[in-house]
Amino acid sequence: MSVLTTPADIATSHALRRRPGADVAGAVFRWLLIGATVFATGFLAVLLAVMIVDGWDVLSGNLWHFLTHGFSQRSAAEAGVWQGIIGSLQVALVTGVFAVPIGVATAIYLVEYAQDSRFARIVELNIRNLAGVPSIVYGLLGLAVFVQTIHGFTQGKTVIAGGMTLAAMVLPIIVITSVEALKAVPSSLREAAYGVGATKWEVLSRQVLPAALSTILTGIVLALARALGEAAPLVLVGAATGFLSFGDANMLETFTGPYTALPVQIFNFARLPGADWGVNAAAASVVILVLVLAVNGLAIYLRNRFEKQW
Amino acid sequence: MNPEKALMTQEPDARASDVSDAPDATASDVPATAATGVHARIDVSGVVSGQRPEAGTVFECAGVDVYYGDFRALRDVSLDVAEHGVTALIGPSGCGKSTFLRCFNRMNDLIEGARVEGTVNYYGVDLYQDEVDPVEVRRRVGMVFQKPNPFPKSIYDNIAYGPRLAGVKRSALDDVVEGSLTRAALWDEVKDRLKMSAYGLSGGQQQRLCIARAIAVQPDVVLMDEPCSALDPIATGRIEELIAELKTEYTIIIVTHNMQQAARISDMTAFFSVQANEMGHRTGELVEYAPTSLIFTNPDDPRTEAYITGRVG
Repeated sequence: MSVLTTPADIATSHALRRRPGADVAGAVFRWLLIGATVFATGFLAVLLAVMIVDGWDVLSGNLWHFLTHGFSQRSAAEAGVWQGIIGSLQVALVTGVFAVPIGVATAIYLVEYAQDSRFARIVELNIRNLAGVPSIVYGLLGLAVFVQTIHGFTQGKTVIAGGMTLAAMVLPIIVITSVEALKAVPSSLREAAYGVGATKWEVLSRQVLPAALSTILTGIVLALARALGEAAPLVLVGAATGFLSFGDANMLETFTGPYTALPVQIFNFARLPGADWGVNAAAASVVILVLVLAVNGLAIYLRNRFEKQW
Repeated sequence: MNPEKALMTQEPDARASDVSDAPDATASDVPATAATGVHARIDVSGVVSGQRPEAGTVFECAGVDVYYGDFRALRDVSLDVAEHGVTALIGPSGCGKSTFLRCFNRMNDLIEGARVEGTVNYYGVDLYQDEVDPVEVRRRVGMVFQKPNPFPKSIYDNIAYGPRLAGVKRSALDDVVEGSLTRAALWDEVKDRLKMSAYGLSGGQQQRLCIARAIAVQPDVVLMDEPCSALDPIATGRIEELIAELKTEYTIIIVTHNMQQAARISDMTAFFSVQANEMGHRTGELVEYAPTSLIFTNPDDPRTEAYITGRVG
């Protein structure tokens, strides 16, 4: 006997009628997904709310002072995160200067030149593994290589050493996202350009890279956001956890002088005794979140500008 | 201009001057001088005398094998392509006709592991010599692909892309764009929105845009790889009309799955078939190459007959 009713019986047998419980698994799955989404966003919302509530005393009353003053040993009320903001931006800048060109160039080589060679596959696999190495290990690498071995270039425990350490850390992220972005460029686009007599360089520079740019940018921003939030490797390569004086060093000189960064300051605030230091830690966390958000916003703006046409 | 030399030199100016000249400069110049040496060889494939008078030979292929890695995709293809005609490549899926088409402008170079053996002579120059620059080849042998693939740019920039690379001056670009779009029968439809994205066009318009883009660099030959397979019958009809007009200026080689299309538009038809070896690898081969009227009325080979009458494939 057939599983289906015969056509003649369709009208009388309700064979086409919607049955309750026909797709229970589908409905359950949908609610699981909704639950996971609510949990993920809810978790972040709670985190943000707790930080804002905890840091409210500083954020509401003392924000300007907090943003424009350096660390003070005397009291939490006098301490600010100015040096951390500057330091973080400087470190991020150095990170970007080193990691972006090297990372994107590596990706272009792997996808466009080495193509699917065994060498390229081995390199790619290793880079993917590097992305999973804990950041503290990069801190040790930075201490050994950037602070000590090439001391002449970095001047020891400086912003440059810190930025290079974080660059090594985020390099795999930039390479991997750029590789994926380049691989996602449809081959029809390359063929179209080759078909009218473009050279490899013309195809790459005028078609493939522009097509991949928005995704590459997204990867760069993710990488820089991660670098902005790192404390552990920076502590190893010399970010100051306590009092810090720029002296009368100008902006350029601070690249090779002592420095600190926002996450390092948060770590420092949080370990000092007393509730008012805790307020500072929460407020500084909000500041760094806003900073990361601003960087992300800039990236989304850039991406939307590049996405349409080139 | 001597094409043998032109393919091997890297000067961009040599080509640029062609394009900025009168539209017919390349079509009349190059073949006239180059074809003289090979003129006598045209009747290789049994052309009925009187059916194709005075045409030169653009391509002479002899013993062409194409390998993808160790796998031989195409075996021992020999055929000549006449100038200013439409040559159709037909056959079942996997018979290597697209692979063969891509030999004419070294598009197979872009596929990792692809290797072409045998000779593909273009006006007497073997395209697979080391000295031949594939970029120069592709400027003379343009290509239109199966799926319309405009650049994500404006209509104008799509057409201007190739001429710009070839060094056409900014002041001459407007004329090149208008001329190419006109010849591709698209000008009237898009002249008021040249600055808008090519993605806003319909599929059929996009394909005509791709044809316009291909002829904007003044090629000698236009290769078409199933250009109508993604289009509806009306858009297909327009492309076919266009092909009939273009063949007065260009040599056209077209791959098609549609046998009626081949019968309607082509002068010569090559029928490819595919044979599986004991390993299960499928290798394509040329079964029959003859004037289209003969292939479709009185094919020599029983395999051709089986295919075109619908008994196979």
